[in-house]
Amino acid sequence: MKVKMLSRNPDSYVRETKLDLQRVPRNYDPTLHPFEVPREYVRALNATKLERVFAKPFLASLDGHRDGVSCLAKHPKSLATVLSGACDGEVRIWNLTKRKCIHMIQAHEGFVRGICTRFCGTSFFTVGDDKTVKQWKMDGPSFGEEEEPLHTILGKTVYTGIDHHWKEAVFATCGQQVDIWDEQRSSPICSMTWGFDSISSVKFNPIETFLLGSCASDRNIVLYDMRQATPLKKVILDMRTNTICWNPMEAFIFTAANEDYNLYTFDMRALDTPVMVHMDHVSAVLDVDYSPTGKDFVSASFDKSIRIFPVDKSRSREVYHTKRMQHVICVKWTSDSKYIMCGSDEMNIRLWKANASEKLGVLTSREKAATDYNQRLKEKFQHHPHIKRISRHRHLPKSIYSQIQEQRVMKEARRRKELNRIKHSKPGSVQRVSEKKKRVVAVVK
Amino acid sequence: METVPKPGSRVPPKKDKLQGKKKKPRRYWEEETTPTAAEASPGPPRKRKRNRELRPQKPKNTHSTKKSRISKKPQVPKKPRERRSPGPQRSLSGAQDPFAGPAPVPVEVVQKFCRIDKSKKLPRSETKIRSRLEAAEAQEEEISVKAARSELLLAEEPGFLEGEDGEDTAKICQADIVEAVDIASAAKHFDLNLRQFGPYRLNYSRTGRHLAFGGRRGHVASLDWVTKKLMCEINVMEAVRDIRFLHSEALLAVAQNRWLHIYDNQGIELHCIRRCDRITRLEFLPFHFLLATASETGFLTYLDVSVGKIVAALNARAGRLDVMTQNPYNAVIQLGHSNGTVSLWSPAMKEPLAKILCHRGGVRAVAVDSTGTHMATSGLDHQLKIFDLRGTFQPLSARTLPQGAGHLAFSQRGLLAAGTGDVVNIWAGQGKASPPSLEQPYLTHRLSGHVHGLQFCPFEDVLGVGHGGGITSMLVPGAAEPNFDGLESNPYRSRKQRQEWEVKALLEKVPAELICLDPRALAEVDVISLEQEKKERLERLGYDPDTKPPFQPKPKQKGRSSTASLVKRKRKVMDEEHRDKVRQSLGQQPQKQEKAKPAGARPSALDRFVR
Repeated sequence: MKVKMLSRNPDSYVRETKLDLQRVPRNYDPTLHPFEVPREYVRALNATKLERVFAKPFLASLDGHRDGVSCLAKHPKSLATVLSGACDGEVRIWNLTKRKCIHMIQAHEGFVRGICTRFCGTSFFTVGDDKTVKQWKMDGPSFGEEEEPLHTILGKTVYTGIDHHWKEAVFATCGQQVDIWDEQRSSPICSMTWGFDSISSVKFNPIETFLLGSCASDRNIVLYDMRQATPLKKVILDMRTNTICWNPMEAFIFTAANEDYNLYTFDMRALDTPVMVHMDHVSAVLDVDYSPTGKDFVSASFDKSIRIFPVDKSRSREVYHTKRMQHVICVKWTSDSKYIMCGSDEMNIRLWKANASEKLGVLTSREKAATDYNQRLKEKFQHHPHIKRISRHRHLPKSIYSQIQEQRVMKEARRRKELNRIKHSKPGSVQRVSEKKKRVVAVVK
Repeated sequence: METVPKPGSRVPPKKDKLQGKKKKPRRYWEEETTPTAAEASPGPPRKRKRNRELRPQKPKNTHSTKKSRISKKPQVPKKPRERRSPGPQRSLSGAQDPFAGPAPVPVEVVQKFCRIDKSKKLPRSETKIRSRLEAAEAQEEEISVKAARSELLLAEEPGFLEGEDGEDTAKICQADIVEAVDIASAAKHFDLNLRQFGPYRLNYSRTGRHLAFGGRRGHVASLDWVTKKLMCEINVMEAVRDIRFLHSEALLAVAQNRWLHIYDNQGIELHCIRRCDRITRLEFLPFHFLLATASETGFLTYLDVSVGKIVAALNARAGRLDVMTQNPYNAVIQLGHSNGTVSLWSPAMKEPLAKILCHRGGVRAVAVDSTGTHMATSGLDHQLKIFDLRGTFQPLSARTLPQGAGHLAFSQRGLLAAGTGDVVNIWAGQGKASPPSLEQPYLTHRLSGHVHGLQFCPFEDVLGVGHGGGITSMLVPGAAEPNFDGLESNPYRSRKQRQEWEVKALLEKVPAELICLDPRALAEVDVISLEQEKKERLERLGYDPDTKPPFQPKPKQKGRSSTASLVKRKRKVMDEEHRDKVRQSLGQQPQKQEKAKPAGARPSALDRFVR
């Protein structure tokens, strides 16, 4: 007879002293871990609930401006520095870690229409209603000096926007035409027009740095090539576009913030159909900015809220609002992709977390592992109705909520009408136009 | 032994290219050692030859070396060293790794950890979804290989009992085993002579550390049976029908004559649940925190012990219920009835999930093994049957016992114990997932009284038997899972660990409505509601948004965009689609014909009339 009994030595399973860690032998045999899927589901449900519990995105409000904030700019080299221009011509430089204004300039008379930093971070440019372009030192005057711009350019017409080239000493302004300036000269290198109308914003492409995009109030978005000194092509939409923003990871993708409450992501190569129509806002979209990862963007709207959209989704994943925040005029996503800043009508700049439930600060490795695991679980079970409902739920102010309902009814009525029209006309004579194509009026080359 | 390829090997070209591109900074010693080592490697020539066969193209750097550190000669550019190459590698000392690459993993072990069914083909879908599915599948495979590899770290081996040639292990009595094994194991065999309070029911806690037993005449005790430390001993002055630990050893449910009572580990009565009356059998579902009770009145009641609510009270409509067991794989409760059927219940359904006709007479005992594949039943017709629970519910094997078994229990490694009268028989199978073969018993043991309760102790090679004369703890080598998981149920856990585990377990309490026959159903695609949703959407929109738009030829330049050529291109695409359709329908037809024709039959003249 040969016999062996299972006989464990307790010493190898119990810690030796109280200072040791407890011993936890593992065995991954599935029969010892029954109900794997239901337990993971419950964990995912708990994680989703906790995510909503911890979703407290608002971090700080920077107050100090004496009029509505009209434009924001990021510092290219320092994460903590932010520049803002106000409707009374004042420019302030903020330190985000201290949450204080470190510098203040009375830059223009009337609005500061645009502000942009030089790629090296030593100076910045502003344009204002007083028909001037001014270049300022970032550091401010030394003791006893007067605050004066490095350069001032007097123009003939009002400038409404400015953007600096990402690599060279060149910047572009827009107003009645798009002007491209060398920093050293007081007259533009070239100015480009296509039709006669006021152009509201101009943006350099961060990857293909000689490309520009602009949007004008005659409802078109025009693309230019700096080398050719002529416009490339333009797309005319249903309504006016307020700003565009290029995707920092994909050179040919840009998103346009439109007056018709939607955002349109276009592929530059095929402008006749937008890649995606992002709809969730209930009023005109005023500003848009991409995350440095190029996967999400944030949009500011006249409906007193900002929303975060994934690039490939038509619905927003997040909406931020507070009771005191009025029409949001400008928004920026910080370069570390963790925070969002928005400047609004009621003179405040607000700082938000880009990921509402993220824990800030240094995480221990166990915390990090736990958040990673929970993230994966949430992804795995995201389509289960219960989890979906919880993760999608957002509280909205009553004005936005009721407007969403109203617009849903309107949209439904329009759709019904279209269906009826198709039904009662000769088959094939009335074509159904997709939501994407509907908004594009024409593409001109 | 077959081996599984490395998980990464599915998509090798990309990876290799990447690795090839990345140049590792060359250290001064590398250049010195490699060539000389190649010269001076002490391995036998045969081996080297084999290696050369494996990696024929490897260039040997024979240029010199010892002074290269000092002399500033321009270095000859060399091939970047490939990392993780499958061939044998030369180490610093020059010795070659005879077992290069990752260690091989046996296929059967990988199979055990595999969660996806490889036999199912991936559905025809969009390339995006398809590539995502493929990536998920590759990841799954990698995980199972990793898990299989971690088997190596398991510390304990299962026990066994083998006779000499021709010796029947069933003839080996307990005294012999006790004599042969070590003292620690021998101490696990004991008898408690408790003749006074009559036949006992018993229950081990989930960690296998604690034992609770209750006698018909009201004697209830719980003890740490390994150290033989008594936790509590009381007499409830009422008949005790069944006894069961709740999620931890601190709580004890006792089915008494009238009502269900819950005691703590000091014997203090915490609750008396009057809504559960005249209970005959108790069963605790640890992951759902449900206490299932079967009553004389024919009700199966689920009590949520974490909140103290009754989740469901189901009327089985089959008279008195006194045979109950749970399926540890899917938490389905199985009731045995006097008409010979076994019914499967979930708290989410008012009706049984399934009914299985098992015996001619009434069912006396039911047991389900830990993998949830086999169910053993015994009936009044003296039969002992083993059923397959995976879908078909067909009997796999059956045998007649002279007296018929009154109690059945499965061990963690698939041993089946049956109590017939005052004898306990144990049958063993081939392995963990195979059914026990009922021909030859593995062990038998005669007790001093009639068997009244049976349970294998988890994680110990011990079978606890409650009988008329008290409690017997039998040694059954090879019964239990040798390696426990410290985070699930740890017999050696400290108080702090238990508390932490309790909080975690309560946080991930599975809702009662998720109990169903297939516990993995939650991870499957819900095709029915998907189709329903699609239908509703189609109705709402008035058109199908997923249909492919008709082909529109792209305009071409330089006069190639004439109407004729546009039409020609359109027709080309249309014809291609038509051909595809025809090809598909042709592919389906021959199968039908093959089915109709019996294989190997000669053609008959009457075939022409076959439709």
